[in-house]
Amino acid sequence: MLNVRSALLHKKPEAKTVTKLTCLAAILLSSTGIAQAADGLSIESWRSDDANIWSDVIIPAFNKSHPDTKVNFAPTPPTEYNSALQAKLKAGSAGDLITCRPFDTALDLYKDGYLANLNDLKGLKQFSDVAKSAWVTDDGKDQFCMPVASVIHGFIYNKEIFKELNLSIPKTRDEFFNTLDTIKSESRYIPLAMGTADQWEAATMGFQNIGPNYWEGEKGRKALLTGEEKLTDKAYVDTWKELAEWKPYLGRGFEAQKYSDSQNLFTLGRAAIYPAGSWDIQTFNNQADFEFGAFPPPVAKSGDTCYISDHTDMGIGINANSTNKEAAKVFLNWMASKEFATLYANAVPGFFPLSNHQIDIKDPVAQEFMSWRQQCKSTIRNSYQILSRGTPNLENQLWNVSAQVINGTMTPEEAAKETQDGLEQWYKPQQ
Amino acid sequence: MTPSNQHDEKKPFPWHLVFFLGPGLLIYVVFSVYPLLDTLVLSLYNEQQGQSSFVGLQNFITLITDDTWSQAFWNALGNNFKFFAIHMLVQNPIGLLLAVLLSAPKLRLSGTYRTLIFMPTMLSVVIIGFVWQLLLSPIWGISEDFLYNIGLGQYFDAWLGKEGSALITLAFISVWQFVGIPMMLIYATLLNIPDDIVDASVVDGANSFQTFWHIKLPLILPTIAMVSILTFVANFNAFELIYAVKGALAGPNFSTDLMGTFFYRTFFGFQLQQGSASMGAAVATLMFLIILVGVMLFLFFIQRRIQRFQF
Repeated sequence: MLNVRSALLHKKPEAKTVTKLTCLAAILLSSTGIAQAADGLSIESWRSDDANIWSDVIIPAFNKSHPDTKVNFAPTPPTEYNSALQAKLKAGSAGDLITCRPFDTALDLYKDGYLANLNDLKGLKQFSDVAKSAWVTDDGKDQFCMPVASVIHGFIYNKEIFKELNLSIPKTRDEFFNTLDTIKSESRYIPLAMGTADQWEAATMGFQNIGPNYWEGEKGRKALLTGEEKLTDKAYVDTWKELAEWKPYLGRGFEAQKYSDSQNLFTLGRAAIYPAGSWDIQTFNNQADFEFGAFPPPVAKSGDTCYISDHTDMGIGINANSTNKEAAKVFLNWMASKEFATLYANAVPGFFPLSNHQIDIKDPVAQEFMSWRQQCKSTIRNSYQILSRGTPNLENQLWNVSAQVINGTMTPEEAAKETQDGLEQWYKPQQ
Repeated sequence: MTPSNQHDEKKPFPWHLVFFLGPGLLIYVVFSVYPLLDTLVLSLYNEQQGQSSFVGLQNFITLITDDTWSQAFWNALGNNFKFFAIHMLVQNPIGLLLAVLLSAPKLRLSGTYRTLIFMPTMLSVVIIGFVWQLLLSPIWGISEDFLYNIGLGQYFDAWLGKEGSALITLAFISVWQFVGIPMMLIYATLLNIPDDIVDASVVDGANSFQTFWHIKLPLILPTIAMVSILTFVANFNAFELIYAVKGALAGPNFSTDLMGTFFYRTFFGFQLQQGSASMGAAVATLMFLIILVGVMLFLFFIQRRIQRFQF
């Protein structure tokens, strides 16, 4: 039997023993312990990889202009972040600043009264409505987190292998598959480094990566929300059809290949093309000893408008129960500045600032990803806003069916039907 | 003291019992009994946006009758029974066999074998999962070469990634890890069997197999029964290995989803799926009931009938 109440909201929050138990659970759950006392700011985040960057670069830069505010960056590993944060917020031991996941995860925290309303925050003027849309209530009235960064999807390729095989960057789908054929037939390299063991790779680096070119980005995403389009429509079935065509170009035993295996296959130079999220740039910079570049998802025929997944991934908000809200607002306003955008984009290549400032990124591959914003139209992952609110959960379904389509255990039509049926069970506009 | 004048003298209240039992009982009640009862209560509520309302058995009705929920629930339960069956059919017989071999008087280095076989039990499940993933990996693993060298190369597959084989593979990994526990328990019981009983059977002309079958096995049956019940409870609470190897979505196509991972997703949520405390409590309560019924059936039909021998 599992004891579930200890990490939970209690029906009688005033009961002291329960609060104690909850505190204990929070301490057990969180690897970071309790927030600092009121004289400084503490930041909750899932970016444990960036801990050094915050302590060595970003916080010192902030302290140059605000020497009296002590800031402490206290990350939790990404897989535990959501539940650990929930527990800490309930126990009242969470930090002053909360890094926000996009859409419902953060929205629910706001609805439960854990995040402060930021409508009067000056720094928000630096962001476009699209950027802010991930952290605003459904009616568009209340902003509860400030956008920080987005991640962009595309393909990262090994330049040396491309040179060796005389390949050029594929612009259209036909060119893309010709390139894969050439790699497969003329070398021993794995054409595409992707596996389906973790399932999310198939959905995020596959479906959400190449999909926007089929469903025309925001247009298709909004049409799903209003119920004008269905997941059984041609655009979506075709996306899965293309994924099914990837199968012969994946490595042997890709069904048991995990995300870290895919990364290693690419950085060891055993695979030519890697369906990527821009966050991989940092990993590859550290591990690959060859030159690599990037190209956006190929379009149907040359001259077509291209669409990229430019996904609002990270925001930052203020803990409603923080005792240090003024200092937190000062810090947020600083995070809206050009100084922070430039610092962050260069310290963490692959996470792109969402503010309207024009900034220079020194990392060539990150610069390449960012340049697509000029040529292509941006959209976000179509399962994130509203559509993953019900049971069955659309995002979980997309993971499952995308992996199965690539494995060949499900047809694109079956995948479309299953996800559409799931949506119709609870989402009114689709019924 | 005779019974007749017992009630004339008032016995002092046994404070020493309170003193000795108190600390343990307090910890048990606060950290085990109270949360358990609280979970049962929570499963009768529905919590939304911090508001909770009493809904009676509605959560359970949803779990069993609503297509979306029930499909996942029955799938997890079915997988859990498969997982348990593999442990019963593989882990415990092998544990018994190893125990019998270890207790053979002629065996040398038995202490070393015992330690080696028991070692994985003490390692973290996360490490076990990681190591076995590497061993079985089609990319880096050594299993393919190993099979090839013994002439079975064509049978190698990405076992952990295929719907048909993922759960069985995970069950075998779990068997490999925990086979030391039944082995140790049975081994200890075997060592307790007096030599003169075994000697008597040899004098009566029994060979070693007959000795095992007619003498030793009846004497270790109570232990085997205990091992079975421990396996049952542990398997229906299994979670870590699946989570470490396949993640909370227990793929491919939920073929490795056990009650533990199903509970985790329901209660804590996963990625964009929001967790539901009351629904999670309902799943936990059902797990509790399944284990309870299993243990009760066992006690009623098996435990009562087992003959125990005193030496």
